[in-house]
Amino acid sequence: MLSGSDLTALAVTLKLALLSTLILLLLGTPLAWWMARTRWRFKFLLEAVIALPLVLPPTVLGFYLLVALGPHGPVGGLMEWLGARSLAFTFTGLVIGSVFYSMPFVVQPLQDAFSAVGRRPLEVAATLRASPLDRFFTVAIPLARPGFFTAAVLGFAHTVGEFGVVLMIGGNIPGETQVLSIAIYDHVEGLEYVQAHWLSGGLLLMSFLMLIAVYALNRRFSVVRP
Amino acid sequence: MSVPARGVTALFGPSGCGKTTLLRAIAGLERYRGGFLKVGDMNWQEGDCFVPPHRRPLGYVFQEASLFEHLSVRRNLEYGIKRLPRAGRKVSLQQAIELLGIEHLLERKPAHLSGGERQRVAIARALAVSPRLLLMDEPLAALDLNRKQEILPYIESLHKDLDIPVIYVSHSPDEVAHLADHLVLLEAGRVRASGAISNMLTRLDLPLAHGSDAEALVEATVAGHDEAYHLTYLDSAGGRFTVMRKALPVGSAVRLRVAARDVSLTLEPQSGTSILNIFPATIDELIPEGEAQVTVRLMVGGMPMLARVTRKSASLLDLKAGKPVYAQAKSVALLS
Repeated sequence: MLSGSDLTALAVTLKLALLSTLILLLLGTPLAWWMARTRWRFKFLLEAVIALPLVLPPTVLGFYLLVALGPHGPVGGLMEWLGARSLAFTFTGLVIGSVFYSMPFVVQPLQDAFSAVGRRPLEVAATLRASPLDRFFTVAIPLARPGFFTAAVLGFAHTVGEFGVVLMIGGNIPGETQVLSIAIYDHVEGLEYVQAHWLSGGLLLMSFLMLIAVYALNRRFSVVRP
Repeated sequence: MSVPARGVTALFGPSGCGKTTLLRAIAGLERYRGGFLKVGDMNWQEGDCFVPPHRRPLGYVFQEASLFEHLSVRRNLEYGIKRLPRAGRKVSLQQAIELLGIEHLLERKPAHLSGGERQRVAIARALAVSPRLLLMDEPLAALDLNRKQEILPYIESLHKDLDIPVIYVSHSPDEVAHLADHLVLLEAGRVRASGAISNMLTRLDLPLAHGSDAEALVEATVAGHDEAYHLTYLDSAGGRFTVMRKALPVGSAVRLRVAARDVSLTLEPQSGTSILNIFPATIDELIPEGEAQVTVRLMVGGMPMLARVTRKSASLLDLKAGKPVYAQAKSVALLS
């Protein structure tokens, strides 16, 4: 069954996915809210940038992140100058990579959900004495709840499934940056097919269950009338 | 534009004339630079000063009920009340619930309400914040005829039971006739004219007096009933109207509509006619209506009325401004 190092990889993966999803929800909510409501002419440019990870080979994203976060890159260089170590091949670097990599999976459902809420409920709230922030928390967020669920599950699942980005900027350090997808790769390289089966089957089942939950819930919520 | 801060003011005009935009500007949902808005003694917009909508003590009823789908009816109603300072709560939740007859709906979710019920909840929700001004944007437009009939009495009663001025957007002459005390006529984004409803409906320089359903409104009070003939007598500034018996207490205020096409004119008081409602009147003004007809504005005891007669009759009777005549109303409709 699962070896000690497999369990460690599982723990790293879950920690990475949870942390990335949390950060993405915190960053993605205001961003998606702004994108759903702005009439900015060049919004499409930002939308294209956010959607890049959907089409880009993960290795390309990973490569650029490695360059940026490494000791000679702008971010890594700044970190070293500040006396910290560069972020390449660290768990923190992995989290940063995951946030970029899974961004569209969180921002897009949130943006769609906020768009679907529309302006009217917020205008109603305004005429019922609710301040802008009050309207956001008591009307926009509750009405966009199905979008939050979808965003969280997709962001989590997509982070669990990443491989290329991790390999490029995280490397394969057990206990720090070795995640499940890389552990599977190692097992296959080492011809340990039984181990690879256990991990692959587990991931397959988990991903499938999460997607079932998303689609089932979205079906239920789509009957909400305007 | 300036309107009285009491009664119901209708913003009336064809689609796209700017009624809703004006209402949204009053609420602060739209902001126009250089605009000026004062309600009673409160300055809502002047120069750089702009009071955001949530700080304006108003209630707004949108065309679609726009209830918060994630909250029960009760929590929809409480949403605004919770955000009011205690001193500002003049209309109680209970009062709003009773006025709109929604007691039995309180625990339901909006998705389980009919269109008419949703709009009643929306009106109660707007009232529950004790507005100093109630804005209503065609609250009946999205409803079918039966639902309209269901809600109209509630809106009429608001006006009588709570002393809140209402600005009501409508393109329906029928709703305006039922509800409005004051009318603002909008055309292509501008105010064409405004004034008391009875005056506005009968002004010959405005389009309202020229439709085939042009009419005058008469405010009257119930004077008594004739049990033998099953009739009701109504006293107005212009004289006593007789209509079919209505179960209304003596002294209650009613509104009558008299269509221009139902009023004929005679020079002598007619005897030997089946028409009961005959009033001495003076011709105020007359204007040709197409090739064959003339619309006549009459003053009946200080109260304006319209008559639609043929051009031939006008010529035979030598109708002209200042001439005393008798107006016979063939039929009179009671509105409330």
